[in-house]
Amino acid sequence: MSSRNQILEAIKNAQPAIKPLPVLDYTVVTPIKELISSFEQFVKAVGGRVQLVDQSAALAQEIENARLEGKLILNRLNGLSSMDEISPDLTELEKLDRVYIRGSLGVAENGAIWVSETSMGNRILPFIAQELVLVLREEELVPTMHDAYQHIRINQEGFGVFIAGPSKTADIEQSLVIGAHGPVALTVLILKSGLAVPV
Amino acid sequence: MYTVGLFVPCYIDQFYPQVAISSLQLLEKLGCKVVVPLNQTCCGQPMANSGFASLSKGCDANFIQNFGELDYIVCPSGSCTLHIKEHLHSEQFPEKATLIQQRIYELTEFLTDVLKLTTFKGSFPHRVGLHNSCHGQRGLHLSSMSELVAPVFSKPADLLKRISGLELLLPERSDECCGFGGTFCVFEESVSVKMGKDRIREHEQNQVDIITGGDMSCLMHLEGILKRKKSPVRVMHIAEILNDGYE
Amino acid sequence: MSSRHAQLAEQFNADEARTNWHDQTLWWVRQKRDRAANTLPEWEQLRQWASDIKDHTLSNLHAYLLEFEKNALANGVFVHWAKDAEEHNRIIYDILQKAGVDRIVKSKSMLTEECHLNPYLQKKGIDVVDTDLGERIVQFREEAPSHIVLPAIHLKKEDVSDTFHEHLGTEKGNNDPQYLTHAARLHLREKFIQSDIAITGVNFAIAETGGIVVCTNEGNADMGAHAARVHIACMGFEKIIPKAEHLGVFTRLLARSATGQPITTYTSHFHRPAPGKEMHIVLVDNGRSRQLGREDFRNSLKCIRCAACFNTCPVYRRSGGHSYHTAVAGPIGSILNPNLDMKANADLPFASTLCGSCSNVCPVKINIHEQLWKWRQVISAEGLTDPSKKMGMKLMAWVLARPAVYRFAGKAARWVTANLPFLVKNKTWNPWFKQREMPEAPKQSFQEWYKKQQRS
Repeated sequence: MSSRNQILEAIKNAQPAIKPLPVLDYTVVTPIKELISSFEQFVKAVGGRVQLVDQSAALAQEIENARLEGKLILNRLNGLSSMDEISPDLTELEKLDRVYIRGSLGVAENGAIWVSETSMGNRILPFIAQELVLVLREEELVPTMHDAYQHIRINQEGFGVFIAGPSKTADIEQSLVIGAHGPVALTVLILKSGLAVPV
Repeated sequence: MYTVGLFVPCYIDQFYPQVAISSLQLLEKLGCKVVVPLNQTCCGQPMANSGFASLSKGCDANFIQNFGELDYIVCPSGSCTLHIKEHLHSEQFPEKATLIQQRIYELTEFLTDVLKLTTFKGSFPHRVGLHNSCHGQRGLHLSSMSELVAPVFSKPADLLKRISGLELLLPERSDECCGFGGTFCVFEESVSVKMGKDRIREHEQNQVDIITGGDMSCLMHLEGILKRKKSPVRVMHIAEILNDGYE
Repeated sequence: MSSRHAQLAEQFNADEARTNWHDQTLWWVRQKRDRAANTLPEWEQLRQWASDIKDHTLSNLHAYLLEFEKNALANGVFVHWAKDAEEHNRIIYDILQKAGVDRIVKSKSMLTEECHLNPYLQKKGIDVVDTDLGERIVQFREEAPSHIVLPAIHLKKEDVSDTFHEHLGTEKGNNDPQYLTHAARLHLREKFIQSDIAITGVNFAIAETGGIVVCTNEGNADMGAHAARVHIACMGFEKIIPKAEHLGVFTRLLARSATGQPITTYTSHFHRPAPGKEMHIVLVDNGRSRQLGREDFRNSLKCIRCAACFNTCPVYRRSGGHSYHTAVAGPIGSILNPNLDMKANADLPFASTLCGSCSNVCPVKINIHEQLWKWRQVISAEGLTDPSKKMGMKLMAWVLARPAVYRFAGKAARWVTANLPFLVKNKTWNPWFKQREMPEAPKQSFQEWYKKQQRS
């Protein structure tokens, strides 16, 4: 018998009588009223920055300004500035100063942002860049992780990730250091409700 | 009037008789008729916690023989009470064992829940640090636990706070284990002592005169460390303070 | 006579200042956990849900594993089954050989520690680079992780500085964590980019979608998995959860319990390999089906490896992870490891005061301290305790079952303590007396006093 069948057989013999799957009644979950202020508070708490964008031209301008500063920028925001090609060469990507990526959902209880594979273009992009900028619309905030998982389909694409702040570690004496293997900074640009920006 | 069987743990009987005397006197002052079965020995916990629950049948049988007929059993130890509640077992008299498990109370639990003691005459003018014993707290739920998101309460602290002049102080880590742990105290001597020293340090920072608690076993361990370092801090079982403080 | 844990713990305690530091640092993590938990009034309900979901899953594991396998295969993922550590290691080696690869990066996976994958691969000439910062530090030092979430928590920054000076050429004596972390960042980013194969652990595997979730703060799992051509994810089969919806419950609990963070920095959901790449999942038994069949210990398999029980354990904090001499230390390790090797780990269930704090912090409500008690019974019944201890217990039980003998023995004990103190007050054969005074022996027991009162 194959290992697979041996294991499955052993499990079948060992598992107890069926116990019910609980019904999750989310009315017990504490509501969050001010989504944006909670979200902002938690993005800061996890080491990120939040910037509210309330003028439609501001976002494109910001990217152009960064380019003018001579920074190595990669823009993945569709319909804004110019969307850049992604080099297949990781040593090139490793040099990127900043990457702009569209997030699709923000979670008010912890500052996490869902980023789908399509918006990354390449799965490694949000991790390999020195700085990450994620763009969200104010309408895309939800209160908790329960809401988040009701809104996204985790298997819609091959890969997706919740990102909460820049990469970090406290493995040396529990001293928090921002910038472990991934980005050393995370900025979240929140487009104010109703803003006419084509992203 | 309540008729109460007093269960005196073996080490209290032999080494801390004043704790049992205080429990007896306090219960009598509060109007209880106290019965002391004279063939009682031990709850069997030392064997069971060492992995030899199979050897505690004799203790179980003896316990049932001594306490099987009483409506209330009170014990000045959270740990021994918990052991009876969780592990008393009898092939011969299963109903009696179950009844005992329902009828046994730790002392402060009995004072609070059954006697509903709310007023307290008398005083005890000392700075007192409370040591929450794990079995009383996490086992019998005599007080809320720092790990849980739940309302805060404490049966022993509520009793102590009612005594005039008594200044109650909790250590910084209000419910960390003292390191006694039954045979752990000798088989894991070094960690056990370190745990005890750390509890004592926090009580000393509060400048307490006395460390009290509901389990003399924890206090015996702390007392051993206090005496070795010739500390002026004393230990007293909560029954002694309540009895001293109650006129 | 003293157990392996007790001996190692005594060595750990020889440096009291360091023990204090270890205790206080982990207590601080516990306090962060408390603060995070207290921000959610529904915390206890979440724990109950998590516990119930896991209980249900364990009771229907056979079906969920089949569902998971079916969906993972449909996603284009290779699924492997390993009945023990040896097979797990061999499967990985085969994948490496097929790919013609002799160096890999690996993010944190306690399962690969449990299976001793690193030494296995190194013996075959494979260069394994652990990429979690803490794991990289202990790997350089040829030590084992001492904590499942904070692998290098037993080390001070001076130790790390020395290690990095030796292996990475950092400035001697520069102990700044920022500086040291940056050095590791440069070193490891190079390794990620060079590596063709990456191994990661798995936090959750979702039956209904056939995908896996990996949580890190450093981003090392993602750097490794996305840079490599082949991603191998290793998991104990108990990591299964039924539905994506359940991730809402577990992601709310995991990081808050582990470090007090509201969520880990990266919660990565892998379902299909990237175009042109390969993804493998290795499902491992290694004693888990045996544990599933042990009614008293089965629910230890609910564990989500948050290590909250480590941080709260007053014994762990004062004895260090290495004193548990196993891959998974702490209270949860003490109920998992006797299943793997009862004889070698017979000491672990006794390395506890049964205070119960572990069970209270556990986000999936494993009754850890009750299982420690039950393992003690099993270990004694198997004859794995010290024979002298058993003799002592038998004698004690015999005395305590006989009231008259008990009264006589008590009196004798008090008499000896009072009149022959040298017999008791001896640091060599009485561990109590080493650092503690004996209780004073009163002239009469309570029972003796009581009888006199009644006569008068």
